[in-house]
Amino acid sequence: MAVNVQEPAGEDRPRSSFIYDPVMRSILYQVLTAIIFIALIWWFWSNTLENLRRANIASGFGFLNGRAGFDVGQALIAYSSDSTYLRALYVGFLNTLLVAFTGIITATIIGFIVGIGRLSNNWLISKLSQVYVEVFRNIPPLLVIFFWYKGVLSVLPQPRDSIHLPFSIFLNNRGLAFPKAIWGEGTWAIPLAFVVGIVAAVVVSKWARSRQERTGQPFPSGWTGFALIIGLPILTFLALGAPLSFDYPIAGKFNLSGGSVVGPEFVSLYLALSFYTAAFIAEIVRSGIRAVAKGQTEAAFALGLQPGVTTRKVVVPQALRIVIPPLTSQYLNLTKNSSLAIAIGFSDLVAVGGTILNQSGRAVEIVAIWMAIYLSISLATSLFMNWFNAKMALVER
Amino acid sequence: MSKKLLSAVIGTALLGLTAHTASAATLDSVKAKGFLQCGVNSGLAGFGFPDASGNWTGFDVDYCRAVAAAIFGDPTKVKFTPTTAKERFTALQSGEIDMLARNTTWTINRDTALGFSFRAVNYYDGQGFMVRKSLNVKSALELSGAAVCVQSGTTTELNLADYFKSHNLQYNPVVFEKLEEVNAAYDAGRCDVYTTDQSGLYAVRLTLSKPDDHIILPEIISKEPLGPAVRQGDAQWFNIVSWTHYALVTAEDFGITKANVDEMLKSANPDIKRFLGEEKDQHIGKDLGLDEKWAYNIIKSVGNYGEVFERNLGGSSQLKIARGLNALWSKGGLQYAPPIR
Ligand SMILES: N[C@@H](CCC(=O)N[C@@H](CS)C(=O)NCC(=O)O)C(=O)O
Repeated sequence: MAVNVQEPAGEDRPRSSFIYDPVMRSILYQVLTAIIFIALIWWFWSNTLENLRRANIASGFGFLNGRAGFDVGQALIAYSSDSTYLRALYVGFLNTLLVAFTGIITATIIGFIVGIGRLSNNWLISKLSQVYVEVFRNIPPLLVIFFWYKGVLSVLPQPRDSIHLPFSIFLNNRGLAFPKAIWGEGTWAIPLAFVVGIVAAVVVSKWARSRQERTGQPFPSGWTGFALIIGLPILTFLALGAPLSFDYPIAGKFNLSGGSVVGPEFVSLYLALSFYTAAFIAEIVRSGIRAVAKGQTEAAFALGLQPGVTTRKVVVPQALRIVIPPLTSQYLNLTKNSSLAIAIGFSDLVAVGGTILNQSGRAVEIVAIWMAIYLSISLATSLFMNWFNAKMALVER
Repeated sequence: MSKKLLSAVIGTALLGLTAHTASAATLDSVKAKGFLQCGVNSGLAGFGFPDASGNWTGFDVDYCRAVAAAIFGDPTKVKFTPTTAKERFTALQSGEIDMLARNTTWTINRDTALGFSFRAVNYYDGQGFMVRKSLNVKSALELSGAAVCVQSGTTTELNLADYFKSHNLQYNPVVFEKLEEVNAAYDAGRCDVYTTDQSGLYAVRLTLSKPDDHIILPEIISKEPLGPAVRQGDAQWFNIVSWTHYALVTAEDFGITKANVDEMLKSANPDIKRFLGEEKDQHIGKDLGLDEKWAYNIIKSVGNYGEVFERNLGGSSQLKIARGLNALWSKGGLQYAPPIR
């Protein structure tokens, strides 16, 4: 705590009441702020309830257990119009998570490629990357979404003239239909084998590192790990007698029936969000790499490291530290932008919540749920990224 | 954040911020403002849409004008708020609009849980299906497996789910929030079927790139009594809006039109005299909170119910919808007004 030099010590002290004591004063202010804040919330809340009551509008969260009565276009879990409002919200929530998650991964990959591409010595690659960034960064995301959606719908054929790809995969303007896997008896062992593979791979890589530190002999732990993680499940699958069958999409009267379908709404939203956010990520990556002192590269070269190894082992790890915090806010942006789904009819949290709001009239409750869920998703993302950031930070010895 | 989200949030915030507004005096606040704020469709031919020069036209729009005429004697003292299916209820609940005239179905849920009041039914409708002729579908019962385009936040999506469920048919809903999006998706072949109120289907068909390639199936799967709605708890305002509709119907009943209303002022028929405010010392208008000339002003401004229908939905419009259920009760329809006395 800072020492107040001007405060004369000694006899003068008792004269000043506790209002002049900086510690007491700061506590007092905080308590006052808290009281005002709570009073405001209480006022807002009771006012809302009173206004709802006066307007004869029903309120409360009990309605969530009522029958939804409407159908949802794409659901990751079993859902019908007989399900509850709560389940409908859950369907929307999962759809939001799905686009956010897949979008973040794809945007990161594209963003890194483009960002590194901009620094390439190859004139064409660096210019193309620059054009990419300028185009996508300067178009509102909603337009990008419409662009993909209208594009997808107008390019793809009607179901009757579906594009037939190998493995019974069909592409038409109702989406991408592919065979649905139906797993037979004992298939639980396959994910188990996968987990065992991961554990084994970790053990092998630890052992290989310590051996290399002791003896200087390298060991291809990457390839071994890969073989373990992929190989074990495949072996298990074969040992079980390949208990897998497929439900193939077949042409019905209107659409293909059977199989799994990824709708054009999801695809266009996913592509649009990925491409849009990737432009920002590319800029972050570029500036992150630029920020790594040139001396680092020169030192690596002086030590005889190859350019590729230099980028991977010297520049990127240091750049990552700079990149991660701004990356987090791009991830949050992508998640929030996914609420634009409503414009093209993808059943995300906002679309489904809006329908419930409208059908049940519970505006206050739904808005509260929306805010709580988006806040939770964002906080969870931030927490994860903070953890990742701490892990990547310089370990000082 | 999407506009929808924003409007819902603002609506909700208004509910929390307005310190207990007494809902009682909508008429006074409308008079004080000097105009009526009316929620209409954001763009459905025949019901509510801005024409080429930006003037709002349509059946529901004329209802807003009629109410403005009843209050101010001037049908132009009205401002329109375009609303989508989803926005309309928050707009009315939060007080952003004074009344909602937007092909809205009267249901018990909207009368109770949502806090609205419906009474006058200005259009008896029912839900139907539209498909491409090339699909060779003759009945809705052949639609199993189809992708169906529908607008969210409507009774339509609920009826659709119930109909397919009760007939054991499969379908794949493609749900949009805005009418233009539903239309565009159907036109682009994203779905096989378009479903909404029959009147809406006629209007939507006109906007498709090739209207003649589509047919409307014979099945009507629901009752959709459409009518103006107001917030609950203001009996005077509710009366004004409801009786505006009854005045329109009564005028048709009496044969009073926009063209002959001045002549009718001289009528000796006591019913007509009372209706037009020519009875000595009458107080019907005053009891409503309006001028004795309220009904005269309505008819003088927009004509009677038949004229409003004809102009926007019937023979003189592009839609060419027959009166059907919306004929006067005396002509085999359901339009019936309680006595004005
Ligand atoms: N009558 C039904 C449906 C009304 C409705 O919203 N119909 C649609 C399709 S015809 C519409 O008018 N949409 C116009 C818009 O949202 O702008 C209800 O009240 O829920």
